[in-house]
Amino acid sequence: MQNATPAAGPDQSGAPTASLSLVEAAVVCLRAAFPTSEIRAASAFGDSWAVVPGNLIVDACRALRDDPATACNMLVDVTAVDLLPRAPRWEVVYNLLSLAHNARFRLKVEVEDGPEPLVPSVSSVYAGANWYEREIFDLMGIRFSDHPDLRRILLPEDWQGYPLRYDHPLGGEEVGFTS
Amino acid sequence: MITETRIVEGVDGRSAIVERPDAHADLMTVNMGPQHPSTHGVLRVILTLDGETVVDAVPEIGYLHTGIEKTIQCKRYEAALTCTDRMDYLSPLANNLVYCLAVEDLLGVDVPVRATWLRTLLVELTRIASHLVWLGTHALDLGAMTVFLYCFRERELILDLFEELTGQRMMTSYIRFGGLEQEAPDGWLDRVRKVNDSFPSHVDEYERLLTRNGIWKERLQGVGVISGEEALHYGMTGPSLRGSGVDWDLRKKQPYLVYDQLDFRVPVYPQGDCYARYICRIEELRESQRLVQQCLKLLPSGPIRSDDRKVVPPPKEELASSMEAVIHHFKLLTEGLHPPVGEVYRAVESPRGELGVFLVSDGSNKPRRCHVRAPSFANLQALPRLCRGHLVADVVAIIGSIDIVLGEIDR
Repeated sequence: MQNATPAAGPDQSGAPTASLSLVEAAVVCLRAAFPTSEIRAASAFGDSWAVVPGNLIVDACRALRDDPATACNMLVDVTAVDLLPRAPRWEVVYNLLSLAHNARFRLKVEVEDGPEPLVPSVSSVYAGANWYEREIFDLMGIRFSDHPDLRRILLPEDWQGYPLRYDHPLGGEEVGFTS
Repeated sequence: MITETRIVEGVDGRSAIVERPDAHADLMTVNMGPQHPSTHGVLRVILTLDGETVVDAVPEIGYLHTGIEKTIQCKRYEAALTCTDRMDYLSPLANNLVYCLAVEDLLGVDVPVRATWLRTLLVELTRIASHLVWLGTHALDLGAMTVFLYCFRERELILDLFEELTGQRMMTSYIRFGGLEQEAPDGWLDRVRKVNDSFPSHVDEYERLLTRNGIWKERLQGVGVISGEEALHYGMTGPSLRGSGVDWDLRKKQPYLVYDQLDFRVPVYPQGDCYARYICRIEELRESQRLVQQCLKLLPSGPIRSDDRKVVPPPKEELASSMEAVIHHFKLLTEGLHPPVGEVYRAVESPRGELGVFLVSDGSNKPRRCHVRAPSFANLQALPRLCRGHLVADVVAIIGSIDIVLGEIDR
């Protein structure tokens, strides 16, 4: 998945130099914040990201938000990708945006398969993460520790299973008012 | 009322601690929706009230959840395009566009110039149509029935244009990988020009009814105030963010299509209340009208779809004479597209804010994961924060002012 192409894509008319510098600054910032941990950075199709260990995600988000060189003051989106049968099975993807640098950066956390996959919640750093994490919990079944309100959000509360998982079958649900 | 009730915000935006000097506060829980005419779809809000003051508002969503993301990852890339229309059903072309941009990025396919210009024209027409629904329903919620009828009158003209061009009023699926589905019919552009040229006088008409109307201002000014910093904290985008003084529009900041060649202004107002959001959208109506006008003027001629045969099926007439065309046709229609392994996030400025698609390809003919970053989802998240301390009647004004579409929230 990690094509080692430079970060400037063919259609990045939005100031490619600024986007390059944010990516470099983000990696520098993360490596400075966690000197002993492995931070893997990659880029492809004009987007860049770094994979950080799950237990560091809250600090990583805070570091990228508070460091003026990165200033990622907005969490645009959080989502999860089920990569079954790969191990680790899941990737939780945090899509950050820096308004000051006009550039995007993604953080990723790899999550192992298990009965209760768990990632720390970043809702204390970005309030907007609240619903995104609920959505991932609801549809993918990844739990977020220290989340203020971890309930199902889209599906009914008594729903069984996590429909966005790859091993969840399509169809087969009983539809109301069928005789 | 607010002077009696002191509300302390929790960091997470949900918890509210109410301290009242008189101890016999009896709070009441009231259910609003999902079948409520002012929730713009099927939104349910559980309101905790102290008399008429809102102490907490908890939105419950999911009533329109149809599993679109799951459906997309079980369909081939080209078939999944029809799912995108059904998310934000008020601006289907913006949804088509962002999905196509993401797939085109993965495939590395070039789009002809005319198609890019026509795409710009279409998404701006969509923005006008979408903002008209917002204005009409927002005004209707607050008791201004006439504006609703006027807005839907003009929106109908735009939907007629879409119907003529795409065959559908709303579920257009007209923007395709590598360009557009077909060339516009004869005289269509003239009809667009006619509708578009008459539009500024209609905006004047709406503004005459609302902008300086005392009741309208009373209902909107100072209601649902949020600072720019807080709005960013919640991930709010679009006019809801620009109404809080943050100058952030992807069309200007990270230009896509031909926005860098067009002359337009991004309205920003610092007040952060419902009225500022209203004024932002009203001015966007005028700016979009100007953008459509410029697109019509500058629209180049040429093909409207890429001739990359690995992505776009050959035209029918080629099939009778070219064996190669038959092979391409067969391969594309039986196997579909195989974008290279990778992932891409593409975002556009939809009428409601940043509409993004995060697309992961595993090299097969179906997307491994297609997540849609719906602007309404993030904007609605700030609803409890916006409502607290206001009167029940203001909840309707606030929901209207953040312009949500439940189809894209629930997906």
